Amino acid sequence: MSAFWSAWVTVITLAVILGCTWLLLATRKSQPHDETTEETLGHEFDGIAEYDNPLPKWWFQMFIGTVVFGLCYLVLYPGLGNYQGLLGWTSHNQWEEEIQHAEEVYKPVFAKYASLPTEELLKPENAGGLKMGQRMFANNCSLCHGSAATGAHGFPNLTDNDWLYGGDPKTIKTTITNGRVGGMPPWGAVLGEEGVRDVAHYVLSLSGAESDSEAAERGKGQFQALCTACHGADAKGLPILGAPNLTDNTWLYGGSFENIAHTIRNGRAGVMPAHKDLLSEDKINLITAYVYSLSNK
Amino acid sequence: MSTATEHPTYNYKVVRQFAIMTVIWGIVGMTVGVLIAAQLVWPALNFDTAWLTYGRLRPLHTNAVIFAFGGCALFATSYYVVQRTSQRRLISDGLAAFTFWGWQVVILAAAITLPLGLTSSKEYAELEWPIDLLITVVWVAYAVVFLGTVKMRKTSHIYVGNWFYMAFIITVAVLHIVNSMAIPVTMWKSYSIYPGTVDAMVQWWYGHNAVGFFLTAGFLGMMYYFVPKQAERPIYSYRLSIVHFWALIATYMWAGGHHLHYTALPDWTQSVAMVMSLILLAPSWGGMINGMMTLSGAWHKLRTDPVLRFLVVSLSFYGMSTFEGPMMSIKTVNALSHYTDWTIGHVHAGALGWVAMISIGAVYHMLPRLFGKAQMYSVGLINTHFWLATVGTVLYICAMWVNGILQGLMWRAVNEDGTLTYSFVEALEASHPGYFVRWLGGMFFLTGMVLMAFNTWQTVRKGSTAPEAKASAQAA
Repeated sequence: MSAFWSAWVTVITLAVILGCTWLLLATRKSQPHDETTEETLGHEFDGIAEYDNPLPKWWFQMFIGTVVFGLCYLVLYPGLGNYQGLLGWTSHNQWEEEIQHAEEVYKPVFAKYASLPTEELLKPENAGGLKMGQRMFANNCSLCHGSAATGAHGFPNLTDNDWLYGGDPKTIKTTITNGRVGGMPPWGAVLGEEGVRDVAHYVLSLSGAESDSEAAERGKGQFQALCTACHGADAKGLPILGAPNLTDNTWLYGGSFENIAHTIRNGRAGVMPAHKDLLSEDKINLITAYVYSLSNK
Repeated sequence: MSTATEHPTYNYKVVRQFAIMTVIWGIVGMTVGVLIAAQLVWPALNFDTAWLTYGRLRPLHTNAVIFAFGGCALFATSYYVVQRTSQRRLISDGLAAFTFWGWQVVILAAAITLPLGLTSSKEYAELEWPIDLLITVVWVAYAVVFLGTVKMRKTSHIYVGNWFYMAFIITVAVLHIVNSMAIPVTMWKSYSIYPGTVDAMVQWWYGHNAVGFFLTAGFLGMMYYFVPKQAERPIYSYRLSIVHFWALIATYMWAGGHHLHYTALPDWTQSVAMVMSLILLAPSWGGMINGMMTLSGAWHKLRTDPVLRFLVVSLSFYGMSTFEGPMMSIKTVNALSHYTDWTIGHVHAGALGWVAMISIGAVYHMLPRLFGKAQMYSVGLINTHFWLATVGTVLYICAMWVNGILQGLMWRAVNEDGTLTYSFVEALEASHPGYFVRWLGGMFFLTGMVLMAFNTWQTVRKGSTAPEAKASAQAA
């Protein structure tokens, strides 16, 4: 803030507070009665008169009290333009202090488990660490994956041992740390509506679901030309790309004909955000163990 | 008892129109409120229909109760009060009629565009730019009619009620124009001209002063006429009204930043907002004291006069919510209360307890006089309405206090490892009983409004059937 605006803020803030105080004091000083009176101002409006009663004492004191508190606050804390206040408080300082305090208090709690690999963390004597992993999952992951980690439409179920990118502790940790971007390109323009429906029937047939066999036959060729690069020749998926297995009965975006056709036609964009800047390594370590434990009891 | 025929020179037509619409819009706005309160208890009640969803109906509710119900009450009472206390007819019947029809068009436009999802997304200023322009024109016409009538008054002084009405009209014009500044891109889409944090600050400068000048100063104007009139007592202290008027309008202007504590708003802005909010306590209470003390020597009237009960209880809720406001603006208290249902409860202590109750009292006071009847059709029904409104308000705000503090504490609770003890949905689940009680309170309040509509209809149609003595007996 420039010196001008700083002075502007200071002057009008004080002018309002002191102006109100002046009005209060001047009115009190000029009042002819110190006690309740029956005297009126002499004018009437539609039959309403006004008494010339004094300002109630307790109200006057309360007013002065809030003004004194306010002025003291503005001496101690930043408020009057660029003036920083005697306490040197800023919201940023307060935040840093709180973070530092949290580090001091919680670091030892995590240090105990920081160097332990997932296999160790699954042992009963480390149940406390796993519990912490569960709590951090509830705080950070449940928004998408659900409190019970069973997922939702577009967000994978983490309890079923069916993995897009792989379910070993190391891969889980990588997924949490760096995030994932799962892109299924849209094929509607390439295939045309008929082609989309044919391929959808073929995909249905892969997992043994009910489908139109003629259409599936037509779709097979197009599937092999366009889809196998990611989903594999056997359609069992490719974990390195996060391309799902299409021969089982687990569906990230729904396994009905309409859902599958929609996926082929419009594509999908799944994002798992990276957490390396949000959570420390020892925290990610515990969440990894918790997620791993869900399907490896 | 004075009747309309006593003042043949006043323009009561526009007052009658606004008074009737106050009742109608009250029912409409509160019905939408009760529906969205029910949706929080039973989510299926949005029937999977886009325009019935909470997000679209919530701004419809707030706009309908503040600007349709509250707005019509302010128009009606201000036109009534300014004529009677200035002993002069409104300066222009044509302009007054324009404000009535213009305001109804604004309300209808809001009722259509908001459920369609057309919104500027600024709270309490959601209406898109074409409607904003119409509001500006209507409001300027209102200012001309009101200020012109005050200027041409036949009394030596300007009555204190009219000071407050004038502050309300002038300030709302400034607030509306500054906050609604936007660049239109299509007929129903515009973008605010302010960037980021500045936009937030302008919005809450507007938002808080909508509370301060629309919902406080305007209704204090109402209070300053209807309380002494109904109690038939002089105003307690002229000196107090001077000090609290000027201090109120000077400090309210600064308080908006307390809606943005612990955000990207600079520290100094937050500090100044908090200090001004605290200093605002005494000026706010000045109005309550002046209203309450006006009743000294007339307290016995509360036993028989349910209209006076509405007015006095509204002052109690006013005092309570204007104490609560400064407390919630203290940063450490705000850290607990902000973003919780406590805020919703605080707003409704003011909206139901103060704004609605004083409007209802004022309308009950005016209706017989406007339609040339001896009294309302049924005083007993006014009394029933009073109890429904009071119980409804208490249920509502208690439920929200409990929910608010519960949410605040659950959100900040941490385990020994620093993780949050509760997930968001657990706090939501814990709030469910409170949501039910809030819905129940809303139902009480709405039922009272329906009784008021029936009573109004019967009064206009045939007037009181009961002799006064019998009506009082019913009330007691």
